[in-house]
Amino acid sequence: MNTLEILFYALSAFAIISATMVLISKNPIHSVLWLILVFFAISGHYILLNAQFLAIVNIIVYAGAIMVLFLFVIMLMNVKKDKEPQKQLWVKLIGVIAGGSFLTLLIALVKQNTSFQGRDVLLKEGSIGLIHPLGQALFTDYVVPFEISSVLFLSAMVGAVIIGKK
Amino acid sequence: MTLLAFDWAFIIEKLILIIIIVLTTLLITLYTTFGERKVAAILQDRPGPNRAGPFGLLQPLADGLKLIMKEEIIPTSASKWLFILGPGLAMTASLMTCAVIPWSTEIHLFGRVIALQIADINIGLLYVFAVVSMGVYGIMIGGWASNNKFSLMSALRAASQAISYEIAMGLALIALLMSTGTLSLKTIVADQVSGHWWNIVYQPLGFLIFFICAMAECNRTPFDLPEAENELNFGYHQEYSSMKLGFYLFAEYVNMIMSSAIMASMYFGGYDLPFFDESTVAPNIAAIIGVGTLLIKIVLFVFLFMWIRWTIPRFRYDQLMNLGWKKMIPLALLNMLITGALILSKL
Repeated sequence: MNTLEILFYALSAFAIISATMVLISKNPIHSVLWLILVFFAISGHYILLNAQFLAIVNIIVYAGAIMVLFLFVIMLMNVKKDKEPQKQLWVKLIGVIAGGSFLTLLIALVKQNTSFQGRDVLLKEGSIGLIHPLGQALFTDYVVPFEISSVLFLSAMVGAVIIGKK
Repeated sequence: MTLLAFDWAFIIEKLILIIIIVLTTLLITLYTTFGERKVAAILQDRPGPNRAGPFGLLQPLADGLKLIMKEEIIPTSASKWLFILGPGLAMTASLMTCAVIPWSTEIHLFGRVIALQIADINIGLLYVFAVVSMGVYGIMIGGWASNNKFSLMSALRAASQAISYEIAMGLALIALLMSTGTLSLKTIVADQVSGHWWNIVYQPLGFLIFFICAMAECNRTPFDLPEAENELNFGYHQEYSSMKLGFYLFAEYVNMIMSSAIMASMYFGGYDLPFFDESTVAPNIAAIIGVGTLLIKIVLFVFLFMWIRWTIPRFRYDQLMNLGWKKMIPLALLNMLITGALILSKL
């Protein structure tokens, strides 16, 4: 095992444990904080893939902005665990079975796909996650979808402002 | 064994560099608190702290000792782990910025070339931005974990203020990125050293926006709404005592020093001493001159922060939000447009 593999497994374990804690924490604030740790672990994976730009944007946008809004809303609503209606046991069981089946399906798909077989993750290689190649790809090959999605964001922003003004 | 195939000397070198930089930052911070009280005293025409040691120079040590000796109180209704995590996170986030600041050129020691920068990453500017956006968690977690409604209100204020001003700050950074063409702080400073004008010449409006936003991010007066004592008692750290309170108060000063260092590096040439050719002296002496120059620039910025604090009264909350959303963001967008137009006209 070289250093990269050790880092990869450590980050993966970190991500999975934090993600599990998001689900099993009773307090919504704790769930949000664990979710922030998940984003950090994923950013670590991006760095292993030599995608520093994606890693830092993941931290800025998800861990830095969206999660602050999550915390904000939960703190303002002041959700307490004792007031929160607890779900019935059978509802939880159905959720576990549905989620587990989906996971099995995903694993089966990945295992069946021949293009995935016998291949390692490309670590420390490739440059698509760096700012220069990514910008070039976005503004040449994918310029139409890129611009359409920015118009979509703009309209969502205008909509939010109009709803807020009412 | 490939695990041990590191360049161990490199790791040791970086570790020593980190320890030196963090300790120096903390030492300067200690004396910034003293400086703040002296500046306040001068502006208000009174002597200021002058009892502990000559000219009151031991005052920060006395303050620190007082904070450490006080009783640690964790409120019974507080969420214990988060209550402890809050100040630690605030301090960590404010110290993390120093990793990408180029303190000077490189020094030659024991046959090695040591760059006086902890990490030259190709996304330095964005890293600074990410760390700034992490800083708000310390305040939010601390304010919420105290289980006190004033602390919570103050934490929410701090978060909304930080989010509002981060947008204008990011837009100012984008304009700087457009004119420099790189995100690496080392390259940005090196470009300013090697013959070009300082970036303030190309980005005066951008600097003004960045400076105002930095003041808002550091929760300095006139933007210290999160600790407005006449409305919120003491703010998000109301339930804190002893060194945990000290960490919160200290983090504000570390933030101030770090944003001064960032502003000096991005807009004012970093370690560049003007009208002086560094290549005429030995590299080690040039490096030391560089560190001194950067420190002087930082001290000047910190003085500016203090001067503003003791001159301008606090904003009202709606004024703060109006300034952030209706003035700073349109101004930052305009700055971006002007920069883009100038770059296009030069092509």
